[in-house]
Amino acid sequence: MSHDKKQAVLDEILRASGVDVRKCMRCGKCTATCPAFDEMEYHPHQFVYMVEKGEIDKLAASPSIFKCLSCFACMERCPRQVEPAKLIEAVRLSVIRAKGANHLTPEQIPALLDEDLPQQAITSAFRKYSK
Amino acid sequence: MQRIGVFICHCGTNIAATVDVKAVAEALGREPGVVFSTDYQYMCSESGQTLMRDAIREHKLTGVVVCSCSPRMHEATFRKAAEKEGLNPYMVEIANIREQVSWIHKDIAEATEKAIILGRAAIAKVHLNKPLTAGESPVTKRALVIGGGIAGIQTALDIAEAGFEVDIVEKEPTIGGKMAQIDKTFPTLDCAACILTPKMVDVAQNEKIRIFSYSEVESVKGFVGNFKVAIRKKARYVDEEKCTGCGICTEKCPQKKVPNAFNMGLDTRRAIYIPFAQAVPKVATIDANYCTMMKTGKCGICQKFCGVGAIDYTQKDQIVEREYGAIVAATGFNPMKPTQYDELGYATCEDVVTSLELERLMNAAGPTAGTLLRPSDKKHPHTVVFVQCVGSRCDAENEKGKPYCSKICCMYTAKHAMLIREKYPDTEVYVFYIDVRTPGKNFDEFYRRAVEQYGVHYIKGQVGKVVEENGTLKVQASDLLSGEQLHIDADLVVLATAVEPDKSARSIATMLTASMDTNDFFTEAHAKLRPVESPTAGIFLSGVCQGPKDIPETVSQASAAAAKVIGLLAKDKLTCNPCVAESDEMLCNGCSSCEKVCPYGAITYADKEFRGPNRTTLIRRVASVNAAVCQGCGACTVACPSGAMDLKGFSNRQIMAEVDAICKM
Amino acid sequence: MKFSYYPGCTLKTKAKDLDRYARLSCAALGVELAELPEWQCCGAVYPMAKDEIATKLSSVRALASARDLGTDLVTLCSACHNVIKQVNNDMRTNADVQLRANNYLKLDTPYVGETNVLHFLEMLRDRVGFDELKKKVTNPLTGRKIGAYYGCLLLRPSKVMAMDDAENPTIIEDFIRAIGATPVVYGMRNECCGGYITLEDKESAQKRSNAVLESAKAKGADTVVTACPLCLYNLKKNGGCDGVGVVYFTELLAEALGVK
Repeated sequence: MSHDKKQAVLDEILRASGVDVRKCMRCGKCTATCPAFDEMEYHPHQFVYMVEKGEIDKLAASPSIFKCLSCFACMERCPRQVEPAKLIEAVRLSVIRAKGANHLTPEQIPALLDEDLPQQAITSAFRKYSK
Repeated sequence: MQRIGVFICHCGTNIAATVDVKAVAEALGREPGVVFSTDYQYMCSESGQTLMRDAIREHKLTGVVVCSCSPRMHEATFRKAAEKEGLNPYMVEIANIREQVSWIHKDIAEATEKAIILGRAAIAKVHLNKPLTAGESPVTKRALVIGGGIAGIQTALDIAEAGFEVDIVEKEPTIGGKMAQIDKTFPTLDCAACILTPKMVDVAQNEKIRIFSYSEVESVKGFVGNFKVAIRKKARYVDEEKCTGCGICTEKCPQKKVPNAFNMGLDTRRAIYIPFAQAVPKVATIDANYCTMMKTGKCGICQKFCGVGAIDYTQKDQIVEREYGAIVAATGFNPMKPTQYDELGYATCEDVVTSLELERLMNAAGPTAGTLLRPSDKKHPHTVVFVQCVGSRCDAENEKGKPYCSKICCMYTAKHAMLIREKYPDTEVYVFYIDVRTPGKNFDEFYRRAVEQYGVHYIKGQVGKVVEENGTLKVQASDLLSGEQLHIDADLVVLATAVEPDKSARSIATMLTASMDTNDFFTEAHAKLRPVESPTAGIFLSGVCQGPKDIPETVSQASAAAAKVIGLLAKDKLTCNPCVAESDEMLCNGCSSCEKVCPYGAITYADKEFRGPNRTTLIRRVASVNAAVCQGCGACTVACPSGAMDLKGFSNRQIMAEVDAICKM
Repeated sequence: MKFSYYPGCTLKTKAKDLDRYARLSCAALGVELAELPEWQCCGAVYPMAKDEIATKLSSVRALASARDLGTDLVTLCSACHNVIKQVNNDMRTNADVQLRANNYLKLDTPYVGETNVLHFLEMLRDRVGFDELKKKVTNPLTGRKIGAYYGCLLLRPSKVMAMDDAENPTIIEDFIRAIGATPVVYGMRNECCGGYITLEDKESAQKRSNAVLESAKAKGADTVVTACPLCLYNLKKNGGCDGVGVVYFTELLAEALGVK
């Protein structure tokens, strides 16, 4: 990717998330409190640092973006109001907004259902995984 | 017509690199009344001052304008130089072309134009300047220290050493403050009580020092050299003169369930108590919130047992009026209560404690007699986790925390970790840190000893969640260097919470008209050059009330504040600021607006007789200004609807002349 | 006491109990819940990105409709509550979202965040009052040891939800006291159950849900209450802990009021 294109992608992530990555003091509290740590390749503090370094492509290619539970714990507990979850959401959106890049398709749904599963789960998953 | 000399300073390249100083000298030389105009490399230097003095003499100058740095820097220098040539010092005006021009502009043409405009305004003002003579006021040779912690103690001892009287007002029943609660001190690990209590005894024995314990400042009036302070001596229901501190009352009192504040609520005390063995003054105090006699009128046991008849349930608060020449704020701090950070479990888990609570748990005079036992089951903890920066270094918009580094936590945590490993080598100790900050003599060496000699596990990362399950604290944390999320089963978690100024500081600052920052720390007159003085004359700062600091730094600052106080009290008279308000009685309509806005209480109203038309006499209520109290802030001149109030040296006419000069293009 | 009521889609299907017991209880408490006409699904998760507009519109529609009816809007499902309250905050504070959402909707009167959104629990605490509730309890659940499960959505982000202290909340504990039971405070009560990850990664949801229930069990809870259908699902299906039941808080409310 050309430098300009990279910069454009980065700007888009920063704009869509509204996150100021420079506020981060690298304390790691977000990662310390993240319930999805074990499932993630890149962890919340790394999202912040890698976005700051412009390494969006690595993040976009990582399954980590679909592992965030959107539980807002990192946002609530960050002493610097950095809000890593918003960055993860922005990177995920940048991926699934591309044509044909949905992470979840309606065809997959029937196999995932069980009789107690609330609609809420499917709706949430579509919001998080597809456009 | 004035004969005005104008002097443009280059300040090396500070001004000259951005302002065309020659052009400024030339332009201002053409202003009406200016008979001499020049520029020079350093006006504040000996030769610069000589240049000015020579010009005053040779050109018979009656007014001087110096275009240079802020008047806060060298106004006094130039006024003194002018005075030596027989010119009234208040005939010298400064146009600030450094801070207000060269340092903030880049474009030379723009900066030069602005410098000329500011110079022209100063010239316009000098045309209306009148010689002013400063009065004098006497100095009360006694100081007040508010707060009896190590800062207040050191300041008081040093002032007393110089031969001046000092009063200490302490809101608690004893002096000693936070240091009295601390077990050991870094970086030498000597016992805090062993080095503090001799100083407390010195205070008690010093004839020059009077302690008002269990007392608070009620009101402050007056000004530098002449403060009048009302002190509320809170009723302790014990006659301080009679009480011998024998302690029999504190043993016999049947109300045993009072949370012991000195031990951070980790154990209980009686309703009548002496906070700790070495308390000064060693006098009992009744806690009226818990005393059965005070609440129900039935008990009286302490009175029965007191051998000297010191107990007096009818005692009332007492107001004492005292006069002082100087006041020192030494109001100290408290560690923040981390109840809002309950992801770390403080409010819901007994074995999550603050660092100051840990001090009590390690102290021989504490609730566990110095054996480290955790609060829930009184068992010895085998794994201890320390969490740094709880509530410190937060974003300014984070409502829970403080934006500053609390400065002392890195060092006291290293101390705690080391002491635990020393006493209980079977204990694993983890410290979660963001940065380890150890600037200070022998500080980094101390921290390294904790790691290298004592085997404390320092982990870069933070704790995100603490959950108590079956007596174990499950600590979930990040280890940033290894990229892991750690899960540690701990027995005790210690939170290094942010330092915050004592809650009383805000109201005291208001009484003293001393300024504070957004965090409620007292502001110093100059961050670098006047660090122990408040911008309000006669008010000095000692200890953490000015900003987080450790004991060595606090003691240094306390002595520095004392030196400043001694310098003030050593004077017999103080020169007053002649730029004070004055009221034109003929214009005053008696509305009291000025009296209401005056922050110093310098304005009073009186009925006066005036001649009316046809030989009648009118009685009118008019304002008058006490020149000794007025600080020249000018609030009254703005509030006055009839234009009767004016400020000498900054008269309405002078200010309008400056504005006119600026607007005239 | 009359409120507009937004049930949300799950309450019409898999979580009928959450809704039914709420309605029965309200009748007993003299609270009128008027279901909004023509509400649509809120989307179940709040769209965090600044440029998401369309995904917020159904919430705005519900909010505007409550405003037009002149009533406060009560929600019950934690997820709906989270989405609608956060969108409402955007409509109040974010000029860009406000402008663009109104451009889409073309309402008679543009919506600018006028509606007051209350969770059912807030309605109980702040409008009915827990003391009043206590007086109306006919069948106090004495002796029951109940753990409140807040999960993530009821409390966070606390600046917007403004319902309770996000780390040390008391609203459900106070509710539990009001219905005569004993609240059990446990550390994991405000941690995530796994949420929608159950679709992708059952194992992860199991880990999360088990951690919550183990924590509640260790503190002696016999029951855990929730306001969220997905939490209930995860805790029951993916968690499953012997001796700890998981129910909607409205079920216990109805039971205590004697209308179950």
